[in-house]
Amino acid sequence: MENIGIVSYGAYIPRLRIKSSDIAKAWGKDPQTITGGLGIIEKSVPALDQDVATISVEAARAALARCVINPKDIGAIYVGSESHPYAVKPTGTIVAEAIGATPDVMVSDYEFACKAGTAAIQTCMALVKSNMIKYGLAIGSDTSQAAPGDALEYAASAGGAAFVIGKENIIAKINETCSFTTDTPDFWRREGRKYPAHGGRFTGSPAYFRHITECSKKLMEKIGTKPSDYNYVVFHQPNGKFPTRIAGMLGFTPEQVKQGLLCPYIGNTYSGASMVGLASVLDVAKPGERIFVTSYGSGAGSDSFDITVTEQINGLNKKNAPLVSQLIANKEYVDYATYTKYRDLLYWE
Amino acid sequence: MKDVAIIGIGVTKFGELWDKSFRNLIAEAGAKAILDSGISGSEIDALYVGSMSAGRFVGQEHVGALVADSSGFTHLHIPSTRVEGACASGGLAFRQAYMSVASGIHDIVVVGGIEKMTDVVESEATNILAMGLDQEWESFFGITFPGVYAMIATKHMHDYGTTREQLAQVAVKNHANGALNPNAQFRKEIPLEKVLNASMVAYPLGMLDCSPLSDGAAAVVICAADLAKKYTEKPVKIIGSGQASDMLPVHGRENICTFDSTVHAAKKAYKQAKKEPKDIDLAEVHDCFTIAEILAIEDLGFVKKGEGGKAIENKITTIDGSIPVNTSGGLKAKGHPIGATGISQIAEIVMQLRGQADKRQVKDAKIGLTHNIGASGATCVIHILEAM
Repeated sequence: MENIGIVSYGAYIPRLRIKSSDIAKAWGKDPQTITGGLGIIEKSVPALDQDVATISVEAARAALARCVINPKDIGAIYVGSESHPYAVKPTGTIVAEAIGATPDVMVSDYEFACKAGTAAIQTCMALVKSNMIKYGLAIGSDTSQAAPGDALEYAASAGGAAFVIGKENIIAKINETCSFTTDTPDFWRREGRKYPAHGGRFTGSPAYFRHITECSKKLMEKIGTKPSDYNYVVFHQPNGKFPTRIAGMLGFTPEQVKQGLLCPYIGNTYSGASMVGLASVLDVAKPGERIFVTSYGSGAGSDSFDITVTEQINGLNKKNAPLVSQLIANKEYVDYATYTKYRDLLYWE
Repeated sequence: MKDVAIIGIGVTKFGELWDKSFRNLIAEAGAKAILDSGISGSEIDALYVGSMSAGRFVGQEHVGALVADSSGFTHLHIPSTRVEGACASGGLAFRQAYMSVASGIHDIVVVGGIEKMTDVVESEATNILAMGLDQEWESFFGITFPGVYAMIATKHMHDYGTTREQLAQVAVKNHANGALNPNAQFRKEIPLEKVLNASMVAYPLGMLDCSPLSDGAAAVVICAADLAKKYTEKPVKIIGSGQASDMLPVHGRENICTFDSTVHAAKKAYKQAKKEPKDIDLAEVHDCFTIAEILAIEDLGFVKKGEGGKAIENKITTIDGSIPVNTSGGLKAKGHPIGATGISQIAEIVMQLRGQADKRQVKDAKIGLTHNIGASGATCVIHILEAM
């Protein structure tokens, strides 16, 4: 594939956190069992004035602050999320307007559970490759929902990342990508419903594990690489345990997973999860290092990426926006009662 | 009354079988049993199938006809009957099939059992299972299966000094056996501490004191005993069959630590077989919860009432113990696809009596017993089998 890749990137994670142990206590569960079982210490919580539009704009602005490109050269913006603030009216137009990319820009919102953001990267790659656009902006961002008391409540969090895709000045070359998609109803939210439903353990082996394994193997076979060829690996992270387990299944080591595994500290940012993980890796990656990424979206599908960091990464003005580690460190805790208010879980007439 | 023998067995793997449908599973078990028996399809006189709640689990009733159809026997137009008795559905189907051959109405019958439980979410499965309790007196007030068995366990601990460790030992033993059974849902040994520290479901029963939700099917072929040698070298004779019922809710029973249905069904089966508990070489008993296995070995007369916990602790029920119990892994480790359970118990005993149980083979096994309970003991069906 010709040189197509990441020109710049930015992430955003809301500042508020709630500890898993506090959620467990509210529901009469043993905090240690929950925290240990899921591998999640705390998760991010969107404040009342934060939604997928604001998170996407923050991430997009961070990406643009780090590079020197004219926003008008961004020919396409795709925002992947399962918590778009509007059912009808795109998040992407708000982002486009906020960063000054309107009106000569193709915009659409994506939804594919937790992998809509990586699907947006693939679309932008194709548009760049075909010379239909100069730059594309792919965003994965969520303020994911969880019914009170559901197991998802310990994980569903908020955050997002934005990637500028192009041919010039790429800091990381995307060597190859592929997808693995089937109709597997492991997790869903019907139109008009406030909370998602899921098939319990069915979300494991036939869903998350099968799709990520098959997609990852397919990509490595296609390009003839093996796990030890990579410095970093990022998987979708619905909890703190699955990414390490699937890494082991595929032959990656915990060390390769570590830098991109953020779920224990911020929860599952859904469409943002693998993309914020990739952003965290790019925060520290050096020229020549190789990154493997496989996202997962329920319903179900995976997108795999083989990425090589280029010399240009040294020229990226990373300091112009916060690193993922800084976003994680900048936090303030809320208790469960405050959480219910911010997440609109209270009912009154 | 004619003597009846088992000439073929077939079981599917038990577990969360998301890639197999209800009809796939029963057809697979039936085909395996028929192949194992050496009969041809056209020799089958009738089909019986045990299934507790196909309607609620997979939206399918009229299971009798479905089984005949999906097994490829539509053209034979043979009778095919579904039998239901909560978790005893499989055992009851087997008894109906047995009686139909013993009476001389049929010569060769295939009887299966099936449940496909993982197509619904766990909370729904719990509600469906609770329909086996008394809706008006029990389920309506919110109690589910673990709750009922937890009360029984608490009373057993109070009356006889049974301990949580002894309950846990049942799970440890059955997991050790399940590890040796290629068709078991859980093929892994678990240490005692893990059982004791598992999430609490209903005190004193933790997660690992409970049998799982499972998909699976089992089938056996039975025939008039005088025909059996024509088909197989190693037929297994049904020498005793007993069934009994009891008050549906537990609250009115004289002693909730005894299942009278087991006591009465056992009495009938032992009498017909002309055997006593000490004559039994091994048994498959209904361990839906660890306490249930303790009740079973007491009520079947293997040990005195109240001594079940001690017996487990003293390891008399392990594969090399004096009365091996649940060599298959039991409901706990093999899995508990409700309707399939009673038939899979028969299949395990037949394997043992044929000497085909491989690593879990009980030495010199000649006589085996199966014990299948419906819900919290309102139905019990027991069979005693002997190698011919």
